[in-house]
Amino acid sequence: MGGEMSKQKIVVIGNGMVGHSFIEKLVASEHYDNFEVHTFCEEVRVAYDRVYLSSYFSGKTAEDLSLVKPNFYEDNNVTIYIGDKAVDIDRKAKIVTSESGIKIAYDKLVMATGSYSFVPPITGNDRDGCLVYRTIEDLDAIQAAADKGSVGTVVGGGLLGLEAAKALTDLGLKTHVVEFAPRLMPVQLDEGGAALLKRKIENLDITVHTSKSTTEIIDGDDCLNKMVFADGESLETDIVLFSVGIRARDDLAKKVGLELGPRGGIVIDNQCLTSDTDVYAIGECALHDGMIYGLVAPGYAMAQVVVDQLNAKVASFEGVDMSTKLKLMGIDVGSVGDPHGTDEDAMSYVYENGPEEIYKKIVVSRDGKKLLGAVLVGNAEDYSNLLQLMLNEMDLPEHPDALILPSRDGGGEDLFGPDALPASAQICSCFDVTKGDISDAVDAGCCTMSDIKSTTQAGTGCGGCIQLVTNVLNSELANRGVEVNTDICEHFGHDRQGLYHICQVEEIKTFADLLDKHGKGYGCEVCKQAVGSIFGSLWNSYALEADKIQLQDTNDNYLGNMQKDGTYSVIPRVPGGEITPQKLIVLGEVATKYKLYTKINGGQRIVLFGAQMNDLPEIWQALLDAGFESGQAYAKSLRTVKSCVGSTWCRFGLDDSVTMAIDLENRYKGIRSPHKMKMGVSGCTRECAEAQAKDIGLISTEEGWNLYVCGNGGMKPRHADLFATKLTQEEVFRYVDRLLMFYIRTADRMQRTATWMDNLEGGLSYLQDVVINDSLNIGEELEQQMAGLMASYACDWQTALESPSFIKRFRSFVNVDSKAEQLFVEERGQIRPATEQEKLDGIAIEVREIA
Amino acid sequence: MVGFKKVCSVNDLVKNSGVAALVESIQIALFYVDGEVYALNNFDPVGKAFVMSRGMVGDLNGHLMVAAPLYKQHYSLKTGKNIDDEDAPSIEAYETKIENKQVLVKI
Ligand code: SRM
Ligand SMILES: Cc1cc2nc3c(=O)[nH]c(=O)nc-3n(C[C@H](O)[C@H](O)[C@H](O)COP(=O)(O)OP(=O)(O)OC[C@H]3O[C@@H](n4cnc5c(N)ncnc54)[C@H](O)[C@@H]3O)c2cc1C
Ligand code: SF4
Ligand code: FES
Repeated sequence: MGGEMSKQKIVVIGNGMVGHSFIEKLVASEHYDNFEVHTFCEEVRVAYDRVYLSSYFSGKTAEDLSLVKPNFYEDNNVTIYIGDKAVDIDRKAKIVTSESGIKIAYDKLVMATGSYSFVPPITGNDRDGCLVYRTIEDLDAIQAAADKGSVGTVVGGGLLGLEAAKALTDLGLKTHVVEFAPRLMPVQLDEGGAALLKRKIENLDITVHTSKSTTEIIDGDDCLNKMVFADGESLETDIVLFSVGIRARDDLAKKVGLELGPRGGIVIDNQCLTSDTDVYAIGECALHDGMIYGLVAPGYAMAQVVVDQLNAKVASFEGVDMSTKLKLMGIDVGSVGDPHGTDEDAMSYVYENGPEEIYKKIVVSRDGKKLLGAVLVGNAEDYSNLLQLMLNEMDLPEHPDALILPSRDGGGEDLFGPDALPASAQICSCFDVTKGDISDAVDAGCCTMSDIKSTTQAGTGCGGCIQLVTNVLNSELANRGVEVNTDICEHFGHDRQGLYHICQVEEIKTFADLLDKHGKGYGCEVCKQAVGSIFGSLWNSYALEADKIQLQDTNDNYLGNMQKDGTYSVIPRVPGGEITPQKLIVLGEVATKYKLYTKINGGQRIVLFGAQMNDLPEIWQALLDAGFESGQAYAKSLRTVKSCVGSTWCRFGLDDSVTMAIDLENRYKGIRSPHKMKMGVSGCTRECAEAQAKDIGLISTEEGWNLYVCGNGGMKPRHADLFATKLTQEEVFRYVDRLLMFYIRTADRMQRTATWMDNLEGGLSYLQDVVINDSLNIGEELEQQMAGLMASYACDWQTALESPSFIKRFRSFVNVDSKAEQLFVEERGQIRPATEQEKLDGIAIEVREIA
Repeated sequence: MVGFKKVCSVNDLVKNSGVAALVESIQIALFYVDGEVYALNNFDPVGKAFVMSRGMVGDLNGHLMVAAPLYKQHYSLKTGKNIDDEDAPSIEAYETKIENKQVLVKI
């Protein structure tokens, strides 16, 4: 073979997730040289990620969602016809014709035309505001409709429907879900699980209507539309979003006479061949064994099967497991195998925890030996374990209910350990990576997660398998006697936790001493900062003691964050965001006097930017005189405790969230930790303070405080997990003392609480065990250590200003008194750093010259 | 061309850290490590600001270095070269000596 003439022509119709994945796989395959590929793409843009479509509403752009790496098609000689739909296939002559008139001959044709959202035949279904959720254009239409209306209704309470409902609430709409069946997610959940899910969703202010069938949509009185139901009731809504299921895009296949299923879908066999042996169909347009798979993983598997065959390898698609795990509106939901127990002999076990809103059910074979299915709502930590037990038909323990009962004594983990899995166990379902594949990759030299990702692709799809892949990797490495290198840097053979324990046990208090006994060289910015923070946490050593200066980055040394032009920010603490008018005036006066740029920042306080190093002591003296203290925005420690106005002013408030926030902020301020910590307190479930996006969050309920832990915004946002409910203030403090101190003791450097908890074996439940049940018997010790830190709090700036030698370091130059030059320009009535060009153009000015 | 200039006293320096000085209208950064003084220009060629004296010092692969405070590139204290990437911009380094507890720099 080889040579231009003999290239096989492959034409792909449809450039969606699966069509693109097929091309990627073909390009990567052994004999790609033998192929010439053309693809028709009906949409105006190349393939994008529908799975993460909703993130388009939270700021992702169409480019962010694109699945096609820049120049991928050009570089690999794939010809793509964007915005051009295939409209005809001459199966005899083997030619595809497009809307714009292009004709391409093929040797093999691949149909990857996907599906469309089904719109039920209800009168009025085409009215303004009636929409679907499938393409980026659909999302633009939803956004536009949401801007004009205030109520949105999703028809269909399945997976996609609930995701769409979340999107509508995020757009600020009052949201309803209307489901025909008596329960939500009828395919995946049983009655109990669905009932709990409904309750949880309603807590989020989404109204769920089950057993409702819509008969027509007419003019609304208050809203654009009114939905009329068979039971005579009706619902006013601006948007009606249909999400009742998908239908295969089989119109072209039908036109050219390919065999279709009775209810649509292009019929394929195990080789993904249609009724024409030169035409394959893959993805959501294909009907395999009576089934259309509405998920990407099976589509990717089909694509691989076709690529293998084109490379002359035997391959077949035999259906895949449809188990799913997802976070719906922050609620964990998992469904494994057959959760309905359709097998008559099956037995089931149910665990329901009312207060914590957790529901788990497993269905096992009659002899109690094998797992057939499971439903998890509210806590899906057991999902991967249960899935592995079912897929690999592993023997269950003697009492199968142990699988879902909370393991309060911490036992029972081994059953699930990665070692217990057979080599054939599928670890990553998106890319069909087995434990054996990971093991082979390790043999071939992979030793980090990023190696594994680039070699096997495991974990690069939905990301749901990362924890499991990490566990398998670590156990494979351990089995080979490889030690996972967690050294902090070249100067110490320990990680942060190791260094922490060394310093604690040996009572080491200086860097020189530590380096001498346990390290080598002079240190670097990585280990020095980590050790500085450890000294702070252990001994509360004041960050500015002479021998600590070298351990701190400039931010900690000058007690402000360095800005891009070398000036610093000034952020005083405003506990709970509450500030008197007098203090606001002082901030205004100081900012005016020192020509500082002033902004309300994202942490509910005020930041003054552009302070020059030598002005910092005077600025802070003025602020301290007015009763402010350092906000420590430069330190790895507590930042802000965000609060809502709470019961004092708000008609819905259940408790005084402001006082609680101020108490929390004063309690934990100044304590040095592995990374920054943020907290939030809301007065009711409307959650105006976004407490669930914080490391520590409190929400007031009728019966006390609900405590949420380990959330964050930032680079990888993560909702906090519900940790305990109905707490008194005293209980809140006890739990938070213990939790934070345990974090400080055991976390890695620059690890926020969320990553820390996710890396603790046992995760949330382990942490609850340690903190609430005191399973390690260290509760009291943690509280005492925390009390010690709190007692020795002092405002950094107060301490600094009392030390003349410290203040000396704020001079611009050691040898002359003059100030360093600092250039600004004015914008919207305030200063900002001048750009390089503005400096060259001479339009930048010295701040002192600004009148 | 100017020869060695007296800049300041050793007592003005901070151990294992940096200070800035103004010599012949040039901003320089002085670092004090193991009883030795090192001098680099104070301008961060990547961050484009006069901040090098405020970087953290230490060693990497056997080179004494300072980490730029804005974006953390590592520069050799002795040569001013970027240690991580030879082709990246470097910083001018100046000769220094200590005489009678006075720090001298050759500009
Ligand atoms: C000033 C402010 C932005 C604003 O104008 O609103 C800000 C400014 C900076 N943020 Fe922020 N963040 C500010 C609120 C936030 C928030 C909002 C919040 O706190 O509710 C977030 C997301 C919430 C969260 O952290 O969970 C936020 C997430 C980050 C992150 C990402 C953290 C993460 O875990 O992914 C960084 C980078 C880091 O810390 O490693 C960062 C880092 C920074 C740094 C320190 C970057 C730097 O080194 O220059 C910025 C300098 C602060 C300064 O000059 O003092 N900032 N930053 C806000 C100061 C709040 C305060 O008073 O303390
Ligand atoms: C909001 C949302 C969330 C989802 N979440 C998940 C999830 O969490 N997990 C999961 O596994 N799956 C999820 N899915 C499903 C997943 O997106 C689909 O399974 C996947 O996109 C199917 O890929 P496909 O290539 O078969 O179809 P598509 O991605 O629909 O691609 C088909 C493409 O073919 C084009 N086309 C059709 N006919 C022609 C023609 N004649 N000529 C040229 N082009 C044509 C279409 O315009 C389309 O671009 C979600 C889907 C949506 C909409
Ligand atoms: S969270 Fe509740 S109490 Fe607080 S402001 Fe919002 S509605 Fe009011
Ligand atoms: S299961 Fe989706 S990335 Fe692995």
